[in-house]
Amino acid sequence: MSWVVGVEAQAEAPWVVIEPDRGHSPVDFRELWHYRDLLYFLTWRDISVRYKQTVLGFLWAILQPFLSMVVFTVFLGKLAGVPSDGVPYPVFSYLGLLPWMYFAGAVTRSGASVVGSASLLTRVYFPRVLVPLSATLSALVDFAISALVLGGLMAWYGLAPAATIVLLLPLAALTAVVATGIGMWLAALNVRYRDVQYAVPFLMQLWMFATPVVYPASLVPAAWRPLYALNPMTGVIEGYRAAVLGLPWDWTGLALSALSGLALAALGAWQFRRMERTFADVI
Amino acid sequence: MGTPIIRVRGISKHYLIGGPQQRVEHLRDAIVDLLAVPFRALARIGRPPARSEEFWALSDVSFDVERGEVLGVIGANGAGKSTLLKIISRVTAPTAGRIELRGRVGSLLEVGTGFHPDLTGRENVYLNGTILGMRKREIDRKFDEIVAFAGVEAFIDTPVKRYSSGMYVRLAFAVAAHLDTEIVLVDEVLAVGDAEFQKRCLGKMGDVARSGRTVLFVSHNMGAVQRLCTRAILLEGGRLSAEGDPRAVAGTYLRGPQRARFQAARTGAVQLLEADICDQEGRPLPSPLCTEPFVLQLRYVLPEPSPGTRIGIGILTPDGTTLFTSSPLDVLVEPPSAPGEYVARVVIPGETLLAGDFHVAVCLWNQADILDLQEPALSFTVHPGPSPLYLQGLERKGFVQVACRWEIEAAVPAGRAGTLR
Repeated sequence: MSWVVGVEAQAEAPWVVIEPDRGHSPVDFRELWHYRDLLYFLTWRDISVRYKQTVLGFLWAILQPFLSMVVFTVFLGKLAGVPSDGVPYPVFSYLGLLPWMYFAGAVTRSGASVVGSASLLTRVYFPRVLVPLSATLSALVDFAISALVLGGLMAWYGLAPAATIVLLLPLAALTAVVATGIGMWLAALNVRYRDVQYAVPFLMQLWMFATPVVYPASLVPAAWRPLYALNPMTGVIEGYRAAVLGLPWDWTGLALSALSGLALAALGAWQFRRMERTFADVI
Repeated sequence: MGTPIIRVRGISKHYLIGGPQQRVEHLRDAIVDLLAVPFRALARIGRPPARSEEFWALSDVSFDVERGEVLGVIGANGAGKSTLLKIISRVTAPTAGRIELRGRVGSLLEVGTGFHPDLTGRENVYLNGTILGMRKREIDRKFDEIVAFAGVEAFIDTPVKRYSSGMYVRLAFAVAAHLDTEIVLVDEVLAVGDAEFQKRCLGKMGDVARSGRTVLFVSHNMGAVQRLCTRAILLEGGRLSAEGDPRAVAGTYLRGPQRARFQAARTGAVQLLEADICDQEGRPLPSPLCTEPFVLQLRYVLPEPSPGTRIGIGILTPDGTTLFTSSPLDVLVEPPSAPGEYVARVVIPGETLLAGDFHVAVCLWNQADILDLQEPALSFTVHPGPSPLYLQGLERKGFVQVACRWEIEAAVPAGRAGTLR
C-alpha cells in the first residue's frame, strides 16, 4: 500500500492491491507518515473538545489528581498510617497518582475510542491505529498540566527535585507506549464485545491497588516482588519517585516492568492489527 | 488507454447474519479467543441457538475502469453497490478476489463524516480534510476556495452546531469536492438537501468528470447516470448483470426481469418481504386491465417496536419517472408500529393508468432514515382490455387517465361579441 507516496504515478505496478484479509499485513510506515496531519488533528480535536462547555475547563485536569491526593492523604497517610518511604505522604501519593491517572485515563479513552468513531470507520479509510493513538496522545496534555501541581507541592514541602528528573521523559514515554498498546487491545475487543467498555473502569480500579500508587512497593514481601514487578506500572511508578526525589532505583524491577509492559503493548498492537480490517463489518 | 486505473477481479463479499461470528482456525486464535469466550457464552444466554444465515453481498464481480471514465453503478437497494464502493475505498475487506488501483481514492460517500459539532467551521474543514486523506498544506492552499464554494465565509469561525442544516451540508460537501484524488467515489446519498444544492452537486460532479479524473458514481437517478456517465454497470443480487452504454444499462435495469412478484431474504431489519399484484379477491394478477382496479399486496416486517415507521409506494414510468406516490398517511391512516409482520393492501382504482409498462417502488422509512427502498420492487404491464378508450383507434397518449370535463359549444364570431346580447 504505497500509493500515498504517489511517486510511481505512471508506473505499471498498481499502487494499491486490495485482497482478502490474511491477517499478517506488515505495518505500513510510509502510509502512517502520510497521515501524520490527521493524527495531529484528531489529537487536537480531542483536546479542544474535552473541556468545551465546562466552567472549570482545564482545571479539571488538576482537580482530579489533586483531590484524590487529599483524600488518600487523609485516609491512608494520616488515619491508616501507610508508610511513604520517608517522603511527605502528599508528595509521595501525588507522584503515584500523576502517572497512574495518565495511564488509566489513556487506557480507558483509547479503549473506547474505536467504537466512539464508528461513523468514521464505516465510511472512510485511514490507518485505524490513529484513533487509539490520538486518544493516548491527547491524554498527555492533562498529564502535563497536572505535573505543574507537582512542582508546587514539592516547593510547599521544601523538596528540591533530584538531577535524575530528566529520566521522567523516558518513563513517561514508556507509560504512553504501554497505555497505547493495552488501549488498542481493549479497543479491538470492544468493537465486538461492548462489555469491555463497562469492564475497563472497574479493571482500572482493581489494577490501581495492584500498583504502588498510594502505598510503597516496599510493603510487598520480597518473595513476591518479581511477580509484582510484572505489573508494568509498578516499575514505572517507583521509577517516577526515584527520578524526582532521588531515591534509590530498583533496576531489576524496572527492567521487568518495562519488558512486560512492552510485551503487552506489542501483543495489543498485533491484536488490533489482526482485527482492524473487520471493524467496519462488526462495529 | 493503457492499463486500467481500476481493475476488479472476482470480488466477493460474504456476511454472516445472526450466526456465530467466526470459527477458530488457528491455535493463536484459540488462545486469543479464551479472552472472548466468557462474552460469547454470555451472549448466548436466553436466546435461541443462532441460525447462521449466509449472505453474499457481492459475488464474483469483475470489471475494469479506464482513466478518465465516469462509471455509473446502478442496481436495486441491496444489490451490492455500497459494498462495492466500501471495498474499493478500503473501508471493508473483500472475502475473495483482487482489486488493483492505480491512483489515490477519494470518497464522497457521506458528507460531513467526522464533523464535530463543537468545533468551528474552520477547524472542521481541517479535521474533515485530513480524514479524507488531504495534507494540511493542501488544505491551506484550498481553504479560501472551499469556504467560498460553501458560501459560509461569515460563519467560518462559528461552531458548526450553530449552522443551519443547509450550511452544514454545503461546507461538508465543499471539503469533499476539493479532494483531488485520481479516483473519486460518489454515493448518491450525498444528494440530500434542497433541489438547488443537488443541482450544484451534480454540476460539481460534471466538473470533476471533465477534469479527466475517474469517477465511480452510484445512483438511483437514471437521468443523472445517463447524463454524466460514459459507461455503466448493473448489479443485481450482488452479481454484475449488465455493462456498457449507460442508456442501455439503465434501460435494462428499469425493464428489470418483468416480475409480478417480489421476495426478499430476511435481513433482520425493517424490510419489505414480499410484494405482488392481485385482484380485489387476492388472486394473482400479473397484468391488470386499465379499466379495473387492482391491488398491490405488500408483506413487511417490523422486528422491534418502530414508532413512526411509514410505508409508501410509488408508481414509475419505464424510464424511472415517478408518476405518483401514495402512503396510508394520505388518507390519515397511521401505520402500525408494534413488532410483527404486516400485509398492506393498496387499491389502485380502475381507470387510473393507461395501457403500458409500469414499475412499483416500495419504501419503508421513518423521520430519520430510509429503512428499506425497493426500486423497482415490481414491474407490470397494464392491458387495454375491452375498454371503450381503445376502441376505434381512440388511443390516448401518456401514462394516466384523467376524467377531464369537456364542454363545447358553438363559438360566437369575435367581431360580433358585443352586439349579440
